[in-house]
Amino acid sequence: MEIKKLQEALITAARANPPTDTVPYAFEKRITARLRALAPEDPLGQWSHALWRAAVACLGIMLLLGAWSFTEDLGRASDPDLSLQLEHAVLAEVAQEQALDFAW
Amino acid sequence: METADSELIAAVLRGEVGSFEPLVLKYSPRLFATARRYARRESEVEDVVQEVWIKAYQKLGTYRGEAPFEHWLMRLAVRTCYDFLRKHQRNKEATFSDLSESEQGWLERFAAQSDSGEERASAARLLVGRILEQLPASARLVITLLEIEDRSIKEIADLTGWSMPLVKVRAFRARALMRQALEKICQEKYM
Repeated sequence: MEIKKLQEALITAARANPPTDTVPYAFEKRITARLRALAPEDPLGQWSHALWRAAVACLGIMLLLGAWSFTEDLGRASDPDLSLQLEHAVLAEVAQEQALDFAW
Repeated sequence: METADSELIAAVLRGEVGSFEPLVLKYSPRLFATARRYARRESEVEDVVQEVWIKAYQKLGTYRGEAPFEHWLMRLAVRTCYDFLRKHQRNKEATFSDLSESEQGWLERFAAQSDSGEERASAARLLVGRILEQLPASARLVITLLEIEDRSIKEIADLTGWSMPLVKVRAFRARALMRQALEKICQEKYM
């Protein structure tokens, strides 16, 4: 068999029978979706996204602190009356002087 | 360059990703036909074309509009196909008994009449594909572009980025390698 002739015949046949150019269904939509996923967001959008995330975190911290402060107040409610404590503190000097007078 | 293409490209460069879709719709048939010359499985063909479009989108800023967009895109497609061939090089030597029935039939008819006829061209195309799979990536690319797609040396140099003398040298070697692969297949049965 003549190899050169065979080579030419094969190439002629391959040339006469090109591959199809059919495109899979909705291929362009897939590519666009892929590109959208790849495309970076604008800096302003990224900044606003970061701010919203920070706001959520801040709200969480605020709620925790609020709850902690509320339970703290409840704990203090069982202590003696604040007005009585204030009276003792203000009159502490007078009471001390009276005690000294009695001693003399 | 067509006005529509330039307007779409300008819109994509402004950040409108949606404007890329008409370009994908318009040029994908050409890209699929090209990729099918190098990749056998349909999933591989889709991957190659997808990679071409992603590269085209990412490098769109480098397109200067001096040549038609299609030329720029085809250059990208040929280089992506070349990379695919280099990554998926099979190089498995085939013998006559490895061929499919239709491929053996085509060869037998050729041996009997030295004229294969046009009616079994698909078998011949498969046989060419099988032979090209055994060649190095550069030889396969140059045979496809020069012999099967009938492109000029200058066009191939432009598409591949190789110099014209390099294309000629690679074409000469590729033809010789293809003949060797054919001899290997035929010697089992006819030599």
